[in-house]
Order: sequence, then structure tokens, then C-alpha cells
Amino acid sequence: MNALLHGRLTGLLALGAVIAILPAFLPNNFYLDIAILAGFNAVVCVGLNLLIGYAGQISLGHAGFFGIGAYASGVLVGTYGWPPVVALLAGAAFVGLLAFLVAKPILRLKGHYLAMATLGIGIIVSIVLRTESGLTGGPDGMMVEPFRIFGVELYGEKVWYWVVGVLLVGVVWLSLNLIDSPMGRALRAVHGSEVAAEVVGVDTARFKVLVFVLSAVFASVAGSLFAHYAGLITPAKADFFKSIELVTMVVFGGMASTFGAVVGAVVLTLLPQALTIFQDYQQIVLGGILMATMVFMPKGLLPTLAALIPARRRA
Amino acid sequence: MFAELLQYLLSGLTIGAIYALAGLGFSIIYNASHVINFAQGEFIMIGGMASATLTASGVPLPLAILIGCGGAMLVGVLVAKFAVERARNASTVTLIIITIGASIFLRGVAELVWGKDFKRLDAFSGETPIQVLGASMQPQSLWVVGTAGVLIVAIGLFFARTLTGKAILATSHNRLAAQLVGIDVKRVVLASFALSAALGAVGGAVVAPITFSYTEMGIMLGLKGFTAAVLGGLGHGPGAVAGGLIVGIAEALGAGYISSAYKDAVAFVIILAVLLFMPNGLFGKRGTERV
Repeated sequence: MNALLHGRLTGLLALGAVIAILPAFLPNNFYLDIAILAGFNAVVCVGLNLLIGYAGQISLGHAGFFGIGAYASGVLVGTYGWPPVVALLAGAAFVGLLAFLVAKPILRLKGHYLAMATLGIGIIVSIVLRTESGLTGGPDGMMVEPFRIFGVELYGEKVWYWVVGVLLVGVVWLSLNLIDSPMGRALRAVHGSEVAAEVVGVDTARFKVLVFVLSAVFASVAGSLFAHYAGLITPAKADFFKSIELVTMVVFGGMASTFGAVVGAVVLTLLPQALTIFQDYQQIVLGGILMATMVFMPKGLLPTLAALIPARRRA
Repeated sequence: MFAELLQYLLSGLTIGAIYALAGLGFSIIYNASHVINFAQGEFIMIGGMASATLTASGVPLPLAILIGCGGAMLVGVLVAKFAVERARNASTVTLIIITIGASIFLRGVAELVWGKDFKRLDAFSGETPIQVLGASMQPQSLWVVGTAGVLIVAIGLFFARTLTGKAILATSHNRLAAQLVGIDVKRVVLASFALSAALGAVGGAVVAPITFSYTEMGIMLGLKGFTAAVLGGLGHGPGAVAGGLIVGIAEALGAGYISSAYKDAVAFVIILAVLLFMPNGLFGKRGTERV
């Protein structure tokens, strides 16, 4: 567990190994599908964790960026016949630009004011997607063409599983490297004390903007690929609840822990599937788990578990 | 022309009054505990659902509202005691997640108790529209605006005149100092949750004949209340009230003159614009942050 938190290479190898052997234990495509959804969520969460966990800046609107990516792919490929890769890049570029433009004024805000502003952006995006039905199909959503690259169509859960798996490993690798870089140290300094960080010469505004843009682009790319995988997208994927879900995954798994974000995404994607047994009690159980986790382990799952291990060894 | 504008202003004022109550609820809790209570909308929902279902089963309206109010207060105190107080030293993000968890939990319970359908509550004094200078107005709108007005004044007096009110104010200024002069800070937090739950529940009951009641009704009302509170400057009571009215009226004007589909977006566009130019809201303190 400690190695997972601190050893960069060990953690990556472990993650890769889990992804590689997991399909052998998944009896059918239904489970593979859930694993793929967990993977998409994990990609977004790793990016969001850079923002929330490391830079200490909350965003309650990241589903909006996910949604823009998804709809960029849906609309550009379906309606305008763009190649999927180009549409994906265009969506990511647009989201990056949008995030860049809003980041500087928004990130001057702190705490609840920042939460409000990001929430506002997310809600506006989802309302636009819901309303511009000529382009997006409105509340019913729209069908998305399959992903084709060099004439090959990505088709079926097995193929998508590996696509998402590779993407996740790549994103985690990027995140781990970033955290260990001077930029990562700068971000943690910002989290600790912005004023102190500035006193020692960290350009806090620049780093906050950078990490905001980066996490938004992660979300957009995941959104694009998800749209192609699912074949159908609805505005629900971009709304307030999806944003909350993403933040919850990050916080539940463990803030300032890349693997915590992955674990949080996986657990909270699986949970509702498991909870369908409870049907009517699903929301109660989910809400209860959220509260209990935050009250009893405010650092999140993985860091709390990790803290238990050395303590027991010493005892 | 004028009649149309007046019509929009009246409907904006009605819904704005509810946002103002919700915003005031956010502010009271924020002042006492520095928590943004995302379950504020659920208090509104409890008030609306309780009064609608109880009157349907024969309970007189005032009693139904009172029961709904009491129920919401109890829920508020429980949320404060078992979730918020225990996470006292947690980060802002953690506290936000806790209250969001509470709101999901409460919605789940409400669905179990009341089901998912819309519930109807009859207007308090008939449905014959009142004509005002060419615009028409539901009598229930008067109930909404009147009740909100009375509650807002009552809250103002409560903070200015009563010991409990002053204790909440003292706690919001400086928790430690309040503790040193013998204020039971924990009870202050519980009282603030109970108070804002009651505010929300009454708001939910008076607005129920206009909007119908359903278990998801609290979500948007709560978010708009949060917008109102931030717009006015978090923790600034009169600011939250002004914020609520501004949001309500802007929304009605937006729906009337621009597009009804973008009605819900108006509030959030305004808040973004205000935050860009006044990062502390309209009436927020401009103090420097201590390191």
C-alpha cells in the first residue's frame, strides 16, 4: 500500500498488472462494460485530483468539460463527418481554450466562491446541451458514430477495455511525473499556503491555470472516447450530479493520491451496480456512505488504509 | 408593454422570495459554522411534501405546515450533530461532500416515504387571479411574498434582539472568543441548522401550490438559494435576501424576454459575472485574508 502511494514505478506496474489480468476474471461483457466505465471515470478523476488534491482548488463543474468533449465528438463526427481523432482533438483544444479563458478570473476566487463559480459553468454547459436540441438532440441525447482510426473501427467491449486501460495507465503516468516535477512541488506549495508559495517565488496563478486546463482536457478526452464507446450521449453526462459524482470519487479515494483517485473511481462506479440489489434504498445507501466516509476518514480511503499499515508494524 | 413587464416582475418577485429564504438559510448556517449546507434545498422539499401529503390526508393546513417545519428542524439538527459537528476541522471540500451526501440521503428517504410522483397542495386562499395594473397575479403569490417578508423581518429581529441570535452572531465573528465568553458554540451550530431548516420548510410549504411538490424539488431551489447567498456575499443576511430577489426577477425577465429554456441559466450567468468583478459578492466584506 505504501509502495502504491510513494513508489512511482511500482505503483504504475501494479496498476498495469491489475488492468492486464482483470479480464481473465470478468465472466462476460456486462462486467467488462462496468470496468470500462470505471476506467473512463478514473481518467477524469486522476486529472481532477491534480486540481483538487494537489492544488487544493475545487471544481464542481468538471462534468461540463466531459460533456463538451463527448458532444464535440458526437456532433463533429456525426453531423459534419469529421474524422473521430480530429474531432477528439478539436474538442480537447476547445475545452482547453475555454478552461484557459475562465481559469484566471475564476481561480482568484477561494473556497465556496470558487465552488459556486465552477458549479455555474458546469450547469450552464449542461443547460446549453439540453436546450440546443437542433445540434445535440436535446434531453433525449444523440447517437454517436463508432470510433474509426486508419480505417479500423474500434468495436466491442474487449477492444475498448484495452483502449481505456492504456489511456488510464498513460494518464496516471503523466500525473505521477507531474507531481514529482517542479510543477508538482509548486502545486503542493500553493495548496499549503498560497501567500507563502508566492513569497518563495512560485507563480501561483500560472500553475493553478495550468493544472485547471490540464484537468479539463483530461475530462474532455475521456468524454470524447466515452461518447464513441457508448454510442449514445445525453446531457445527464454533463450535469451537476455527474460533477458531484466525480468530485466524490476523488475525495472518497483520497485527495492528493493519484492511485486514490483511481480506487475512488472504481469503487464508486461499482457501488451503484452492487446497490441495484437494494433498489429503493440505493440513494439512502449512497448518501450514507458518502457522509460516513467523509466523517470517519476525511483523508479518503487509500491514505487512511495506508496510514494504518506502518502503524501496525511499529506496534 | 408595461403590463407585460409588471407580470414578469411579479412572478420574479414570488420565486425570488423563496430563493431569498433559501439564501438566508445558507447564510445563517454559514455564519455559525462556515459550512455551506447543500442539503438546504431538502428542507424546502420536506416542507412542501409534508404539507401537501398531510393536508391530503385531512390534517388542517396550519398544523400540516407546523409538522413539516418540526420535521425539517429535527432533520437539520441531526445533520448538524451527526455529520457536520463531527467533521469540525475538515476541509471545505470535505464539508461540501458531507452535506451533498446528506442531501442525497434525505432525497432517498423522501422517495421511500412519499414516492416519486408530484403532489398537489391547494392554494391557501383560492385561485381567482388578482388584477394589478393589467397584470394578473395568483393570490398564492401574495402568500409567498408576505410569508417570506414576515420571516425575514422576524429573523432580523431575532439576531438583533434575542440572546440566542446574538450568540450566533458572536460565534460567526469569532468562534473562540464566543466560547471564551461562555457561549455554547455547539448548541449555536445546532440552533442555526434548526432555524434555517424551519425557514426552508415554511418556504417549501407556501410555494408548493405554485410549483407542485416532488422529492427532487429541492435541488434547483437549493442551488438558486446558494447563488443568492453568494451573490449577496456569503454570511450577509440582507445580502442573501437581495440576492434572492435579484436572481428571481432576473430569471423571470430572462424567461420572458430572452428564452424560457435558458431560465435556469440566468442565475448562474449573473453569479459568474458578479464573481468576476466582485469576488466577494455584492455586499461581501472586502477584508484581506490572514495567512
